[in-house]
Amino acid sequence: MSAIPSTAIEIAAAVRSGSLSAREVLDDHLARIDARDGEINAFNLVMVDEARAAAAAVDAQVAAGENPGPLAGVPLALKDNLCTHGIPTTCSSRILEGWRPPYDATVVQRVNASGAISIGKTNLDEFAMGSSTENSAFGPTRNPRDTSRVPGGSSGGSAAAVAAGFAPISLGSDTGGSIRQPAALCGVVGVKPTYGLVSRYGLIAFASSLDQIGPFSTTVADSALLLETIAGYDGRDSTSINAPSPSLIESLGEGVDGLRIGFVTELMGEGIDPDVAARVRQAADALAAAGAQIGEVSVPAAAYGLSAYYLIAPAEASSNLARYDGVRYGMRVDAPTTAEMNAATRTAGFGDEVKRRIMLGTYALSAGFYDAYYGKALKVRTLIVRDFERAYADFDLLITPTSPTTAFKFGDKTADPLSMYLNDICTIPTNLAGHPAMSVPFGGGADGMPVGVQLLAPALGEATMFRAAAVLESAAPALDEVWS
Amino acid sequence: MSARLTRDNVAKVADLARLDLTEADLDRYTEQLSAVLDHAEDVASLDLDGVPPTSHPLPLVNVLRADVVVEGVDREEVLSQAPSVEDRRFRVPAILGEEP
Repeated sequence: MSAIPSTAIEIAAAVRSGSLSAREVLDDHLARIDARDGEINAFNLVMVDEARAAAAAVDAQVAAGENPGPLAGVPLALKDNLCTHGIPTTCSSRILEGWRPPYDATVVQRVNASGAISIGKTNLDEFAMGSSTENSAFGPTRNPRDTSRVPGGSSGGSAAAVAAGFAPISLGSDTGGSIRQPAALCGVVGVKPTYGLVSRYGLIAFASSLDQIGPFSTTVADSALLLETIAGYDGRDSTSINAPSPSLIESLGEGVDGLRIGFVTELMGEGIDPDVAARVRQAADALAAAGAQIGEVSVPAAAYGLSAYYLIAPAEASSNLARYDGVRYGMRVDAPTTAEMNAATRTAGFGDEVKRRIMLGTYALSAGFYDAYYGKALKVRTLIVRDFERAYADFDLLITPTSPTTAFKFGDKTADPLSMYLNDICTIPTNLAGHPAMSVPFGGGADGMPVGVQLLAPALGEATMFRAAAVLESAAPALDEVWS
Repeated sequence: MSARLTRDNVAKVADLARLDLTEADLDRYTEQLSAVLDHAEDVASLDLDGVPPTSHPLPLVNVLRADVVVEGVDREEVLSQAPSVEDRRFRVPAILGEEP
């Protein structure tokens, strides 16, 4: 068997040319999963039969002289909150255990139509609520670089699957950092696109005004390719932006000469580990060496993002999760009346963090407290949008850490929810504004674990953001380079 | 911003959210939710008079599609995933205090 390339772009080229079969690629990745996922627990489900059938179909297309598409034969992992027709989709929650969706999410249709091989459903914090994947009903995912540490979350399974080589690319969802933070902690690339760029049809809702689907990969170019594949208007999502998809691959090599890139001062000080902040400065130096103009910029309202987010997201979640009532899908705990059945089902089906957020959101929306909490948070959201507008008047891109720390140990933050929430301080403002942002691996911290640098852009600024990401990728120090 | 969260508030909210919490849960959630709400007090220092709310990142307007029939999800397939079904409909226990 010929050697299997590590990137999606190389695999797809080899499969299209016939020099490698989709079956060989799949077998190789299934063997890696067999060897190591018992330890990592990236997958809730490995779709062996469906993946074999899809690989055979791609190989038949190549044999018939047809082009299976830009992701021909590339194994791809799906976060288990993306609906897959007839294949269990759990959100890592007991309440949906065994449920088989009656349709595919739009992104699932698009990756399958582009020749990708959906290889499995990945673990997450229950209903995407968490920053460590410790809130899964099916046990935590472990960081492939050090299994005593968390992979981040909530898309911890999708990040770990790519970092462990189980699949070169995967899809996650990002509501407050759930793609970018695990990408940073696992040392891979992760992208949260502009709100509305990727259809949310078939993404099980957490907080609908914040949720967005995006890619993970080992290289910047692979994320560009996967985002081009999934982006674009979809009439089944009423928040889908009706505009042409961005062209990312073709401008990837254009560099950053003349771009203005701003350090966000509020996100470089207190609460950010010094070794992480130092790597971000080093990354900015690399961009400057490539011709960018680096300056400091203040986004004062970003400091209030966490407070606004932890009122807005739970408020939306408490409403979205009202649908889990034991009537139409998932589990039911029987009781004499419907109201008692609803409560018994929800009490048994939801985990601790999901209950905590439903409670927080219900309180923030309840009579007498709405104006003080939810109403105020929506006004803070306006201030954040305005501050970003001011920043982008002077800068093309912004740069911050992705996460205040490198990957932490299991159990370090589970007893104190607020300390877990503080992990999202650098990633949340982007979601509130609806802008794109991405995490690019940039060397290691003092503990030798990966550090992610976050690039932020204004709405639909993905092409410029990816150009800077490509520069960072080529300048990144090796993970094992000694910290000085 | 507002008065401290009480254990009674938490019990009321659990009832609204259709969650049966134990006495120990109520104590723990009161403490944990208070910590999050206390942190949120930092926005109290902001001058928000006259600031309009933003509930959504996009300037949304009603999205309409052409009034043509398209295939929906399969009814039998949807019903096959429900916990209880009768006469091709979802079945629930008694409501409004009726006898089942």
